[in-house]
Amino acid sequence: MTAYTATVTVRLKRGVLDPEAETTQQALERLGFELDGLRSADRFEVDLDAADADEAAARADEMAERLLANPTIHDYDVAVTER
Amino acid sequence: MGGVTVAVVQFGGSNCDRDAVRALRQLGVDAERVWHADGLPDDADGIVLPGGFSYGDYLRAGAMAARAPVMEEVRAAADEGIPVIGICNGAQIGSESGLTPGAFTTNASARFQCEPVHLRVERADTPWTAAYDEGDVIEVPIAHGEGRFEIGEDAHTDLVADDRVLFRYCDADGNVTDAANPNGSTDNVAGVLGERETVAVLMPHPERATLPDLGRSTDGAGILTAFA
Repeated sequence: MTAYTATVTVRLKRGVLDPEAETTQQALERLGFELDGLRSADRFEVDLDAADADEAAARADEMAERLLANPTIHDYDVAVTER
Repeated sequence: MGGVTVAVVQFGGSNCDRDAVRALRQLGVDAERVWHADGLPDDADGIVLPGGFSYGDYLRAGAMAARAPVMEEVRAAADEGIPVIGICNGAQIGSESGLTPGAFTTNASARFQCEPVHLRVERADTPWTAAYDEGDVIEVPIAHGEGRFEIGEDAHTDLVADDRVLFRYCDADGNVTDAANPNGSTDNVAGVLGERETVAVLMPHPERATLPDLGRSTDGAGILTAFA
């Protein structure tokens, strides 16, 4: 078994309104920053032991499917590194 | 059916469970609060998933409660045809658990909104709306920060084709307009049906529009009379 960290990034699907990101962008603009857009995402770092990176990724993928993301509104991706 | 016992499932952070019990009793329905970890009582003939902020809305509103073991029992009961309604946080729990289609997420305003709204009854042939006629306009309050109904384009087409929209936000005259949409919900959807018509969720609070002494509307009582 090898120790891995699976990083799951969950973001709203393109086209789904993100009022919190819009509000954050407006706050940045009030601070004087110039920006064309802002998107937010949730990032989960999952430490787990697995036989190989593929198994670690598969398990993290199932975590995203079943809880971390809501497939109706979210896309997600999984990246695995040894820790 | 005086013997009907409705289980109002209380999660950590539920806060409309007492209101739901009281509203149901007002209608002559035997109702009791059930702590989620105790499981459903054997004699539950109806289930309410009440409003509140279960588990502090961690991750997403309703996400944690939707994965609580009691929800397996709720799903099994729903599959048997036992009436299940999710109200506000209960609606979020219902959609997160897959009992009903779509998702409820952050209001377009990015604000918590607590205000009376009008709903158009889109179906009157369900247990939840038998007290109304199709096209009736009822006034019921909302109180939520994450009530914007979202559903993918294809799933929305299916939802409409299958006639599973139960309520839409409308103005006092029943016009479904952007101005009458309090939270940016897709297609002004305020409540939907599950695979069975005995399963429904809605963001507005019928239990807050049932007791005559509480406010200006008792229009929500008709929804809860499904259990009577």
